[in-house]
Amino acid sequence: MVNAWTEATIVAVIAGVVGFFTVLRGSAFVAHAVPNGAFAGAAGASLVGINVLIGLGVFSLLGALGIGVLGRRGRHDAVTALALVFMLGLGALFVSLTVEDASEIYSVLFGEVLGVSSAELVPTIVLAVVCLAAVAILYRPLMLSSVLPAAGEARGVSAFRIELWFLALVALTTTMTVPVVGTLLIFSLMIGAPAAARSFTDRPGRAIMLSAMIALVTVWSAIAISYATNYPVGFFVGTISALCYALGRGWAAWRRGRTAQLAGHRVEAATAGT
Amino acid sequence: MNDFLAPVFESGFFTSSTVQVALLVGGIVALVAGTVGVFTVMRGQSFAAEALGDIGTTGGSGAYLIGVGPLWGFVAISVVAAGAMEAIGIQRPRGRDLATGIVLGAALGLAALFLYLYATQSAHTGATVSILFGAMFDIPSSTIPLAVLLGLIVAGIVAVLYRPLLLSSVSAELAAARGIPVRAVGALYLLALAIAVALAAMTIGTILSTALIVGPAATALRLTRRPGAAMLAASLIGVGATWLGIVLAYDSYAWPPVHHGWPVSFFVVTIIFALYLLSGVPGLWQRRRVASRPVAPAVAGTGDR
Repeated sequence: MVNAWTEATIVAVIAGVVGFFTVLRGSAFVAHAVPNGAFAGAAGASLVGINVLIGLGVFSLLGALGIGVLGRRGRHDAVTALALVFMLGLGALFVSLTVEDASEIYSVLFGEVLGVSSAELVPTIVLAVVCLAAVAILYRPLMLSSVLPAAGEARGVSAFRIELWFLALVALTTTMTVPVVGTLLIFSLMIGAPAAARSFTDRPGRAIMLSAMIALVTVWSAIAISYATNYPVGFFVGTISALCYALGRGWAAWRRGRTAQLAGHRVEAATAGT
Repeated sequence: MNDFLAPVFESGFFTSSTVQVALLVGGIVALVAGTVGVFTVMRGQSFAAEALGDIGTTGGSGAYLIGVGPLWGFVAISVVAAGAMEAIGIQRPRGRDLATGIVLGAALGLAALFLYLYATQSAHTGATVSILFGAMFDIPSSTIPLAVLLGLIVAGIVAVLYRPLLLSSVSAELAAARGIPVRAVGALYLLALAIAVALAAMTIGTILSTALIVGPAATALRLTRRPGAAMLAASLIGVGATWLGIVLAYDSYAWPPVHHGWPVSFFVVTIIFALYLLSGVPGLWQRRRVASRPVAPAVAGTGDR
């Protein structure tokens, strides 16, 4: 149980941090697509009998880079969709060749956090450190290229190269988070928390911290409720993420309304004075 | 004739009623999906198609839970989801991806719950696989009328909307200036897309259904720029891929290592993906030729975007 908590904590922080850039770049679709490639990897690894983590890593990286390269020519969203379904199709094949009982597929797709051993914890920690280091190194060019791609190009930051780095980062995150929340639901962790965080603050540094915290709260409460009720973790992760986003939207709308009201008052006061 | 085709079609292919139903329903679905898909690709709504398909998982598993046919679940949920996405705001490109993603995430969570409940209730676990990856050979023949009806509805919507939809897909401003209710047209189109996705989910599975919508259309749009021709080509590619996939899957029952058949949807999706990659080759070649020519001012714009 302690292992599960530790694992989930690391995963939530990384998903929150990397997710911030996903939302900033408007790359929700890619964040959804890459983990699906990872599903094929997990199924393939159990077909040939190697460590699932290797399968996850290789396939999510291949998927991510494939989307990056193919998306350069052709329509980006159509390419993403096609690469994604192709990987899933491969996964379906691998699964049909290995597994007889479908509960394993279910746990890869929707996650199973409670069965983490301490030996499995080591690779997660290593991957997390690599991830954070990559974000730290890429921080400035990634930020610039995400917000103002043209200005980035002018300063010699190639948008295409940054896109590939970013996709690799998503693949890395996918690799470590899949065993916890499953390929279909990582994405809601990587979108919900950062999107909510962005409606509370405009400062990037603060938003990243907040995003990691919201992801943390989401995962912790999901595990706790799941433990208490016996229902799948994925259900609570998905629902709580959506709730956080709704709260964020509500807060942003309320604040906007208030600012408008205050401005209105000020205008009234000014016109009354003259 | 029969001897000649024997290596391609395993014995009993044409007499099996399962295969006949699969060919018929698969063909209708691919036809509809290809037609609708051209607009999906032109409008850049691939993610919406993908999300509607994935969300179908929730409907399909819910249908299993209450004991009705999965197609009802697919259609109901994707129409509802299309409405939700439209309401949250699908017009702005960036915010739209985010909104789609959030709806999708929540729906997938719900699907996880439904599948879990169904697995604990009924003790047989096949539902997960057949919802997610399709059950082409398990389509009951009683579904045919419903599938045909839904296909006709989609075709009807596309036929009625054809011109305003085309204009508002190419340029929303121009369409609005001409007095076309762009938002209403978009919403109706999303409804047609939702139904088409639900149909595709029945044949190749919820999370693979996008392949039939986006793949043939993206391929066709690389081959021709005329929308009408693209719709025709996309439908043909979709039907061809589906039928070839069914043939291969039927043959694969005799293949090693396991003799229980490879998934149909794997074949369909792989064929579609391969065709898409192939269709990029002429553009690549053409562009290289144009680039190597010393002066080519007029031709430079005709390459693949």
